[in-house]
Amino acid sequence: MDEGMAEASGARRHRHRVAALAKAEAKGKAAGHGAGRRFGRVFLGAACLLAGLLAGAGPASAEIIYRERSMYQNILLTQTGTRICLQFSLREERHNQSCIDQRRPKKMVFTYTRMMTAALLLNPAPRRALIAGLGGGTLPSALAELFPKASIDVVEIDPAVAEVAERFFGFAQTDRLRVQIQDARVFVKRALEQGERYDLIMLDAFTGDYIPEHLMTREFLNEARSLLTEDGILAANTFAASRLYDHESATYRDVFGPFFNLRMPRSSNRVILASRQPLPSQEQLQARADALEARLRPFAVRIQSYPPRLSTKIDWNPEARLLTDQYSPANLLKGR
Amino acid sequence: MPLLIYCLAFVAGFAIMSIELLGGRVLAPYFGSSIYVWGSIITVFMASLALGYLAGGRYSLRSPSLARLGAIFLGSALLLYPLVYYAEPAMLWIFQRIEDPRYGSLAASCLLFVLPTVVLGMISPYSVRLLVKTTEESGNVAGRLYFVSTLGSALGTLGTSFYFVLWFEINSILTLLTGALALAGATALAAARMRQ
Repeated sequence: MDEGMAEASGARRHRHRVAALAKAEAKGKAAGHGAGRRFGRVFLGAACLLAGLLAGAGPASAEIIYRERSMYQNILLTQTGTRICLQFSLREERHNQSCIDQRRPKKMVFTYTRMMTAALLLNPAPRRALIAGLGGGTLPSALAELFPKASIDVVEIDPAVAEVAERFFGFAQTDRLRVQIQDARVFVKRALEQGERYDLIMLDAFTGDYIPEHLMTREFLNEARSLLTEDGILAANTFAASRLYDHESATYRDVFGPFFNLRMPRSSNRVILASRQPLPSQEQLQARADALEARLRPFAVRIQSYPPRLSTKIDWNPEARLLTDQYSPANLLKGR
Repeated sequence: MPLLIYCLAFVAGFAIMSIELLGGRVLAPYFGSSIYVWGSIITVFMASLALGYLAGGRYSLRSPSLARLGAIFLGSALLLYPLVYYAEPAMLWIFQRIEDPRYGSLAASCLLFVLPTVVLGMISPYSVRLLVKTTEESGNVAGRLYFVSTLGSALGTLGTSFYFVLWFEINSILTLLTGALALAGATALAAARMRQ
């Protein structure tokens, strides 16, 4: 880990994000980029900020503000106007993992992040939540704000991601919102052994490029299911296409029985909502959506639009081989 | 006979890397896929092979024979096969006793993989002893043997990660590898008997 990372772990969480950004530029300097590029970068960064602040974030070109090779992935942060995005890839491209709009930091920029809040339709008041995969921390921060009394555990395998979330996305740990640097499978197994229970589990550990295959198996889903309270909900942000869709869906069905699939047009993600209880009716869902709508609006979530899109239809090949600890070539299946 | 020994070395090389790759899959449900899990597996395989080389060299000093090479293969098959049955309970046992997944995965790798890998490591030096006739050709023979066994390792890695895990369950692959090692051992024993 480089010096910039160590430095970032200090108590800089609550500073204004623009200050953090300036620091990032300084870090870019310390890391020894060419002098010309360095100046250009600082200048461009400032220009982008200014443009963003004055002109209301016109479609400026994306600027790379931070780049790191962590133990697990390439971390790339880009800025377009007032929007900062996190990507797990080397080049600047597709698959943004998480974004934040500095003018509206609460706003959930991504469709899939918003879709995950549909879990609240099945459990409107979680008291103890587990989130696997931190990303920019948008989802955990939103939950913590929506449910100030809830206790939230986040498991993230990559310490560098946690640093970036705190440094650029204003993510802050508290007594009730804790991040553990660990593999989610190990965390779940250990929590189960210690008799812990969660009434909301969110799986958000898949990047576009690599899937942790041990987090897709029947055994893992059974462990996660056992970790749920009687009225607990599991929400998983995952893939809507490729052959993996069939295998993953068949596996969830095997473990949970009927579950809700939430898909939105123009999104390559889908969100699975699964419960230990029978699924609520359309009327119940709509009533809960009506009650939640106002609270979720600051996060740019229109939760009332979700109930009609929640489907239990088996739109996959039910004969698809189940994913198990013995058979889980998720990454190979995804490419097909 | 030399051709047979080279073939056997290929099988051993293939099996070693295939098992190592499967090791990651075997450990993941209990210890995750953090970087240190792979660190544990690679450490244990390297250390076991190192010990195996030493042991194989020593064993070749006393009346080396093709039959004994066959016995080494049978021994490796015998030590590998139980993984199919005891890997789960062994990992659970360790998981309940060691909280830190770094040392947990290291302990599990040791318990599961040391014995078969040490025995598989004995094969290369023992084969060199059987193949070398003169001092002049010794380097050439050793080079050829490493070529064959490392080529086997390369193909074992490729085959396992690209295809086998897509077609078979982990335990099926382990069973197939056990079968291949046992067959190699039996072939060596049969060839040794025929030559007598």
